[in-house]
Amino acid sequence: MDDALLIVKGLKMYFPVTRGLLRRKIAEVKAVDNVSFDVKAGETLGLVGETGCGKTTTGRCILRLYRPTAGQIIFEGLDISYLHESKIRSIRRKMPLIFQDPYSSLDPRQSAGSIVGEPIKFHGLVSNKKEYKERVADLFRMVGLNPDMMNRVPHEFSGGQRQRIGIARALACEPSMIVCDEPISALDVSIQSQIINLLEELQDRVEGLSYLFIAHDLSVVRHISNRVAVMYLGRIVELTESKKLYDNPLHPYTQALISAIPIPDRAVEKHRKQIILRGEVPSPLNPPDGCHFHPRCPVAIPDCSQILPPLVDVGDSHQVACIRVKH
Amino acid sequence: MALLTVENLKTYFHTDFGLVKAVDGVSYEINEKEIIGIVGESGCGKSVSQLSTLQLITSPPGQIVDGKVIFEGRDLLQFSANGSEMRSIRGGQIAIIFQEPMTSLNPTLSVFQQIGEMLELHLKMDKEMQRKHSIELLKQVGIPDAERRIDDYPHQFSGGMRQRVMIAMALSCNPKILIADEPTTAVDVTTQAQLLALMQNLVNQYNTSLIIVTHNLGVVARYAERIYVMYAGRIVESGTCDDIFNQPKHPYTIGLLKCVPRLDEAEGTKLVPIEGLPPNLINMPSTCAFLPRCPYSIDKCREEVWPPLKRVNGQYVSCYVDTRR
Ligand SMILES: Nc1ncnc2c1ncn2[C@@H]1O[C@H](COP(=O)(O)OP(=O)(O)OP(=O)(O)O)[C@@H](O)[C@H]1O
Ligand SMILES: Nc1ncnc2c1ncn2[C@@H]1O[C@H](COP(=O)(O)OP(=O)(O)OP(=O)(O)O)[C@@H](O)[C@H]1O
Ligand SMILES: [Mg+2]
Ligand SMILES: [Mg+2]
Repeated sequence: MDDALLIVKGLKMYFPVTRGLLRRKIAEVKAVDNVSFDVKAGETLGLVGETGCGKTTTGRCILRLYRPTAGQIIFEGLDISYLHESKIRSIRRKMPLIFQDPYSSLDPRQSAGSIVGEPIKFHGLVSNKKEYKERVADLFRMVGLNPDMMNRVPHEFSGGQRQRIGIARALACEPSMIVCDEPISALDVSIQSQIINLLEELQDRVEGLSYLFIAHDLSVVRHISNRVAVMYLGRIVELTESKKLYDNPLHPYTQALISAIPIPDRAVEKHRKQIILRGEVPSPLNPPDGCHFHPRCPVAIPDCSQILPPLVDVGDSHQVACIRVKH
Repeated sequence: MALLTVENLKTYFHTDFGLVKAVDGVSYEINEKEIIGIVGESGCGKSVSQLSTLQLITSPPGQIVDGKVIFEGRDLLQFSANGSEMRSIRGGQIAIIFQEPMTSLNPTLSVFQQIGEMLELHLKMDKEMQRKHSIELLKQVGIPDAERRIDDYPHQFSGGMRQRVMIAMALSCNPKILIADEPTTAVDVTTQAQLLALMQNLVNQYNTSLIIVTHNLGVVARYAERIYVMYAGRIVESGTCDDIFNQPKHPYTIGLLKCVPRLDEAEGTKLVPIEGLPPNLINMPSTCAFLPRCPYSIDKCREEVWPPLKRVNGQYVSCYVDTRR
């Protein structure tokens, strides 16, 4: 664990649900409930799961955009879990965020050049104007944009280009890790691959750059990540290397998720086994007792409705939270 | 003969920026009990072509400028858009399900009122029969406690359940063709798998033909027998799924298959993106619309008009280049 850039331990983020004028707390949404993982330098960790499972909330806690309910976040050896807001800024520079929606995440009146250059100025990363200009032009080139386009405003760019601007801005921070929250979901399929490849190239070029890659599309997450954490209702149910996740998924939810994703290959599809789950994901306001997945689980036993299984190491850098998995 | 044959369909939009040739000479067919897929990226004309066959295009700005839609020997485009023939076909013979359930469901009417209305219009059922039949339908699409839920309003259902209600409504009058226009893009993957499997079972059971409109090639590989690939308002390749997934021939189809990550890919697989951007369909050149992005292009592509579909083995391909070489 020593070489970990980021360590998340027992992270919980509960949101109060309030009612009435006095905003009396009547319940809690356990958006993130006891989540632990680490991200090593130069690594991409994927966070995957269906809508509302707590991916974005996990990302926002790590960036300390929320004050976590419990747990620890250790970044570059420093415990930032409850660090004061004034100290958090310089930390945030080291792990910028890129969002899903390239349309709403960029200031429409600002030029692309100043959007990208803003963090450089804000954090004083260059010493003079000439250096600043060169740095911004470099960043444009790094993400495959022509520096001549610097004076344009966001709406003059396509969706994929806007996402490139967002990536250039993140790189301007000289980050150790970029948190990518659904960075390609809003883009056309043919454009998605351009952005995926760009992210991969940058990692090859920038020594030690890590990504926390959040998305609901397991094919994409598996492609870009070294390891993948699968979330279900606020908890990680399985965490392992990308390869193992497809070759040997252990959690029944992971197995169902994999079988639900069609592969664009007729010969392969004809022989795939399909697991159709019962019902839908329950509300995180009122998760089922015991293992949250048990009401939909094809292999549940009576104990599953009693025991909330922790994420345990089953060897070979594979972790799973299921009492039905032998180890 | 095919159950539905669309011939040279053209639908244009007159906009402030110019003429948008959203659908520009599209032909396809679907046989009885068949499942076909229509695939392409956002804006390539998938929805407009489906809406055109049912004359659901708002005019202005839209206009069906050419083509035939032959269904059971009659050309549907000869009927007036709001006449009784078209109304009995829509919902009764050909039903459509949209991506966003709230565009098809009326929020102010209960599920029973909405399904009942269809049953009355198309099947002339009385109230008692309507109720019995509606409950039966909800049960078939897997809605628990159907007797009670039948009187609920759309907003009282979760996203996935609402999609099920829509499927029930679309199948209520036992249509010959069901068009599912990106029916599951807004729901999660496990729910998507549930809904597609449900639709597949139901169409098999009722001998309904199914048109799946999607940008997801995987969905087509899993469920459809034949596939039509669209680009910039035209069909660029068609054939059986077995042929096309095994040996795609149009550069765009080849590109699409190489640019999406596959769940079963080996470690270290590199994606091959399709360079450039999809065209915006305004003031399009007469040459092949894929030309600016095409890695296979030859001089002929720059000199001649968009190539017509040509038979290559069992497939139809709109390309001057033999990509097999
Ligand atoms: N600020 C908040 N206040 C109250 N509840 C919240 C808040 N943010 C998120 N939640 C709830 O916490 C749960 C997890 O939400 P989150 O946005 O982290 O999910 P997600 O995995 O990112 O989903 P998606 O794939 O839809 O983006 C959801 O039930 C959500 O409604
Ligand atoms: N009412 C309209 N006015 C002007 N242009 C329109 C109108 N409706 C559709 N178009 C244009 O027609 C083209 C085809 O649109 P269509 O909705 O058929 O695309 P699609 O393939 O269904 O895309 P998606 O995958 O995003 O649903 C698009 O370029 C679109 O901008
Ligand atoms: Mg999210
Ligand atoms: Mg559409």
